[in-house]
Amino acid sequence: MSDVRKLTVAALTRVEGEGALRVRVVDGKVEIAEFNIYEPPRFFERLVKGREIREVPDIVARICGICPVAYQMSACHALEKALGIRVTPEIDALRRLLYCGEWLQSHALHMHLLDAPDFLGCESGFTMPPEHAPFLERGLRMKTIGNQLISVIGGRAVHPINVTVGGFYKAPSGADVRGMLPDLEWGLAAAEATVAQVSRFEFPQFSAPHEYVSLHADDDACREYPMNHGRVVAVAGGHTTLDIPVADYATHFVERQVPQSTALHCLIEPGSRPYCCGPLARMATSRHQLPPRAAAAAAACGIDWPTDNPFHGIVARGIELVAAFEEAVRLARGYRQELSVPRVEYRPQPGAGCHATEAPRGLLYHRYRIGDDGLIAEAVIVPPTSQSQARVEEDLKAYLPTVLDRDDAEATRRCEHLIRTYDPCISCATHFLRIERHSPGRPS
Amino acid sequence: MRPRLAVYKFASCDGCQLQVIDVLGRARPHLGELAELLDIEHFLEARSRIGAGPYDVGLVEGSVSTPHDIERIKEIRQQCRFLVTIGACATAGGIQALRNWGQIDDFLSAVYATPAYIDTLATSDPVAAHVKVDFELRGCPIDPGQLASVISAFCVGRKPRLPGYSVCVECKERGTVCVAVAKGIPCLGPVTQAGCGGICPAHDRECFGCYGPDRQEPNLVSLTGFYERHGANRDSLGRLVQSFNAWAPEFRTEHDRLSGDAP
Repeated sequence: MSDVRKLTVAALTRVEGEGALRVRVVDGKVEIAEFNIYEPPRFFERLVKGREIREVPDIVARICGICPVAYQMSACHALEKALGIRVTPEIDALRRLLYCGEWLQSHALHMHLLDAPDFLGCESGFTMPPEHAPFLERGLRMKTIGNQLISVIGGRAVHPINVTVGGFYKAPSGADVRGMLPDLEWGLAAAEATVAQVSRFEFPQFSAPHEYVSLHADDDACREYPMNHGRVVAVAGGHTTLDIPVADYATHFVERQVPQSTALHCLIEPGSRPYCCGPLARMATSRHQLPPRAAAAAAACGIDWPTDNPFHGIVARGIELVAAFEEAVRLARGYRQELSVPRVEYRPQPGAGCHATEAPRGLLYHRYRIGDDGLIAEAVIVPPTSQSQARVEEDLKAYLPTVLDRDDAEATRRCEHLIRTYDPCISCATHFLRIERHSPGRPS
Repeated sequence: MRPRLAVYKFASCDGCQLQVIDVLGRARPHLGELAELLDIEHFLEARSRIGAGPYDVGLVEGSVSTPHDIERIKEIRQQCRFLVTIGACATAGGIQALRNWGQIDDFLSAVYATPAYIDTLATSDPVAAHVKVDFELRGCPIDPGQLASVISAFCVGRKPRLPGYSVCVECKERGTVCVAVAKGIPCLGPVTQAGCGGICPAHDRECFGCYGPDRQEPNLVSLTGFYERHGANRDSLGRLVQSFNAWAPEFRTEHDRLSGDAP
């Protein structure tokens, strides 16, 4: 005889979009842990069919208001490969600077307004008690600086308008870019202080073996902490389990539709293994390429990288804040408006190309085919959250037994925190977390 | 008692909600004070605590695109004294309204292998197609300055005052050389609502209508006719008016006229 205990909260909050979770525990054993995505489908892969090549960066940006630059970067690179063109090193550097802006605003938002409240025992960044005001204000200022950097290069902070296939419509002025330097230098020191602070948070004692996937750029073509370039690398337990060019992505990763989700689950073959991408994955594959001050912050924070505790995500994000500020300072100092040309011209022609870049939340893969009419004939987009979704469910199964001795509200809150720490970017509305518990000795 | 604010999300990218967070939490004192003027009672993305309705002002992001959405927007309407749509999705159906022209099944199978699991309407609708809306704040995304102005207007009980002119005026204000006249680039600036600051022409490219048709009877037929006479491709012009505000009546009608779908 089993008994049923249901834990319900009205809403899974402080995540971007609509997600739900359904957990069922029978006799102390977790039977079901589903992380559901109810985001109403918007069919972007279909929406870009029949559109002009130059329209794609503007359209796919609208998949995500928090990481539009990532969508624009993956789309531009994939289409440039399809067209057989290469941008100049100056354009490439400006793209990296733009991407730094996106990492800054996205990471600062998640760390301070979404994730930190769980560690600080409050329900929202907006209602943090006064003793945390310096932490919060510093975080919001870092976010604002990220927004300003995107505006200076991209024209506006959300859905930048200056990015195009081949480069930029217009090179930003040298004075505007270098005018960011005082704020960027302030941000670099501020981010270091934030890492020191978040690494002293009390982390739940939990670890689960993870397979991490990210780009890794360490060859003659490019050596850097990954953003726009690299091979797709997977590591698990200290070993490299995959190392392929992006062109082979589709043969090693599968997308699977599951009934509980409007997002497709992505798994590594063989064995349909769940995996994790994002800051923890990049730290696992590429921490040796962090710029010096970020590397120092990583070494001093008291965590052995790579970590198998997903709650360390806030520290990894902080280290990447340092890295993004550090890179932004370097790139802004080196920027000259006199980019010989802001963009490389092209003629629409049939072809196919794929590319992946590192969105704040992880690997973002795009593939396009251009038809004989020079319009988009086919598109495939694999966003980071659907890649980590299966991994989140595995973690929930492992984590639940450690919280079942808590009362309903606390067990539920801890599960929500685990989901938040992944920074899922799910879009939408009602949220519903329910834990059904079946155990012997209690009437059902 | 301070006005009580609620923020809701439907089918959308989250970008307009991000502008709300930016306005309420920005490290800029004069805007940060806005958060002191009201109580954020329902905002899932920003707070775990949810205050019970009714609310004084409800901001809605996103388009109505599932049967459940229709029920939900009706409940929200009952909970909010003033209902304000924020952004192109809630105001005009968004880029996802492109499916309003096509067969939904075709869209479904292009993305999902087993379409049966997916519960979705044939159309992506503006909020106003289902409930009364008190004010529509346009933009893809909305402008933080305009948002702050609208929120504070409702907080003090006056009508929001936003520009009723086109993007052309903003280009003149910032001294941008007209890309249509000087470079022959087909630009929607003359028929698009102001609000973005004229950023696209300032970056040597066309306005593509993020803020939707302007409120002063925009003459799209005249504009696209001008571009066609100067060599623009008709299909290209059809695509230009069919983007983030494609389902706004003026843009929709012009697209259909250009593509021969309508008189």
